[in-house]
Amino acid sequence: MGELRLMKGNEVIAEAAIRCGCDGYFGYPITPQSEVMETLMTLRPWESTGMVVLQAESEIASIHMVYGAAGAGKRVMTSSSSPGISLMAEGISYIAGAELPCVIVNVQRGGPGLGTIQPSQADYNQATKGGGHGDYSLLVLAPASVQEMHDFVILGFELAFKFRNPVMILADGVIGQLMEKVELIDQRPRWTNEQILEISGEWATLGKPSGRKKNIITSLELDSYMMEKNNLRLQSKYSQMKAEEVRYEAIACEDADYILVAFGSAARICQKTVQIARKKGVKVGLIRPITLFPFPEKIIAEYATKVKGFLSVEFNAGQMVNDIRLAVNGKTRVEYFGRMGGIVPTPDEVETALEQRF
Amino acid sequence: MSVLTDRINEIIKPENLVYAKSPLLNDDLMHYCPGCSHGVVHRLIAEVIEEMGIQEQTIGVSPVGCAVFAYNYIDIDWQEAAHGRAPAVATGIKRVMPEKYVFSYQGDGDLAAIGTAETFHAVNRGENIVMIFINNAIYGMTGGQMAPTTLVGQITSTTPHGRDVDLNGYPLRITELLAQLPGAAYVTRQSVQTPGAVRKTKKAIRKAFEIQAKKIGTAFVEVVSTCSSGWKLSPVDSNKWMEENMFPQYPLGDLKDTGRADAELYRIKAK
Ligand SMILES: Cc1ncc(C[n+]2csc(CCOP(=O)(O)OP(=O)(O)O)c2C)c(N)n1
Repeated sequence: MGELRLMKGNEVIAEAAIRCGCDGYFGYPITPQSEVMETLMTLRPWESTGMVVLQAESEIASIHMVYGAAGAGKRVMTSSSSPGISLMAEGISYIAGAELPCVIVNVQRGGPGLGTIQPSQADYNQATKGGGHGDYSLLVLAPASVQEMHDFVILGFELAFKFRNPVMILADGVIGQLMEKVELIDQRPRWTNEQILEISGEWATLGKPSGRKKNIITSLELDSYMMEKNNLRLQSKYSQMKAEEVRYEAIACEDADYILVAFGSAARICQKTVQIARKKGVKVGLIRPITLFPFPEKIIAEYATKVKGFLSVEFNAGQMVNDIRLAVNGKTRVEYFGRMGGIVPTPDEVETALEQRF
Repeated sequence: MSVLTDRINEIIKPENLVYAKSPLLNDDLMHYCPGCSHGVVHRLIAEVIEEMGIQEQTIGVSPVGCAVFAYNYIDIDWQEAAHGRAPAVATGIKRVMPEKYVFSYQGDGDLAAIGTAETFHAVNRGENIVMIFINNAIYGMTGGQMAPTTLVGQITSTTPHGRDVDLNGYPLRITELLAQLPGAAYVTRQSVQTPGAVRKTKKAIRKAFEIQAKKIGTAFVEVVSTCSSGWKLSPVDSNKWMEENMFPQYPLGDLKDTGRADAELYRIKAK
């Protein structure tokens, strides 16, 4: 059993980063995630593990610092909230195009524009459909607890290096600010130069010894046929993610007539709704996508022939509902319920919405 | 033909050689236009890296601009940065590998327009990197549009009647501004239009790399450059135009050579 602590979601991101041997964090303050960098600066990991922490002049600079350090084969990350992620969009596209591993945390707030600092899930489309220019995908993990904030930093780095692709932890203001019990992993060492050479020496810019070809980190390719080949390679990577990395939780679905689909803090509210509905004799289940990309479309398609309907519950105007409809492909009804602007619905509100829609 | 070859072979004997291309510079045909300064500066960087024996420790960051393909020519590891972000990318590399030599290489649009914030803050933090700045007063790569350093009255494709201060503001002397920053260790402005100027620029680049080893702040080398294609002048006329018009606005020489400032000058009195 690892060390148990009562911690905020944002603080845990910092703690998990240090403990899993992360090499660097580059970021810029924004509510509701500023505690990530504040915690790192308080813990001073450069004195213990050697992890670098830098407050950049903007989110644009942060993400390009991540690009540079990731290109050096290091395990690096950034965190921000919605407007900051929009600023990073070009850089994330470059990172995906250059096939660099990194972890990006988005503790979402309500938009559009400056919006609100209250929690939201309105960046679902931005996160799961790439977010920047070009055909690329992030691997998107949606934590629903402080424990998952911790676990997904560690998992995020594993997946980022498995696929040489940016991984996004798509949290929201609730999970970021929530305090819960969390079990921390024991401190792991950062990778040594020898390990980095072995893991990433084929592509990372570690300095070119004589006898090997120079390593070049770039997303540029002016030859259309080569560029199409690069795109096809990216697409096959995304297919592999779909085949190997789908994660979800299915609660009380076996006998369900209706299934709620919700991620992150919306899923926690829906868990309570399932109990309330079942007490009333309505058989309700819950599917909680843990990976938003790749989306758990198979399990949803399987239940599509068994249930009377799905209700997508989101803190936005209805974004994930479209992915559910694609998976269901007309086999049953798919409805949406959500609140916007930072309003978090109650379990009863969801239950009422379910009754009204079906 | 054979007479010419014979004569050339007579001259190019090992004992007659006074100069050889750095082995770090490959034989690929450069994509630069005739008369462009980029190729000369590439050569100087390759020579400095070779002479200092730091090929295995050096990582270059190329910009978006004509020099985007700098990585094709110099035989070291490279990262290609987004437009304007080379100082941030270089910061990221240097912070996680402080023992390496890292340099960025940028044009005026990249460094002094879209990337102004990254440029200022990298220098203000005193990042221990070398920044090479090619100021050709125009956007070469995209076909000759106005740059922040375009001179008043200068014709470009987006200032077809000449740069007008009412419309476009003033040429930006960003190097003078950067020299004010406490994080700057060494700030200099050079050119490469004559053998003498080339030698001075090489010295400046060498000094910049040596400063990086001392970890005393950012070393910044501007090279006032020509863009024959963008300026629509022959290479020879470009050099003349540069000397007559650019040098008065962008005077050559060192602007700072003190190392970064003493932090004590900026410290609060009491907590
Ligand atoms: C975000 C973004 N905006 C615009 C461009 C288009 N663009 C490419 S290079 C360039 C200007 C390059 O000029 P400069 O930095 O002066 O370098 P030079 O080509 O003259 O060496 C522009 C505007 C781009 N690639 N990315």
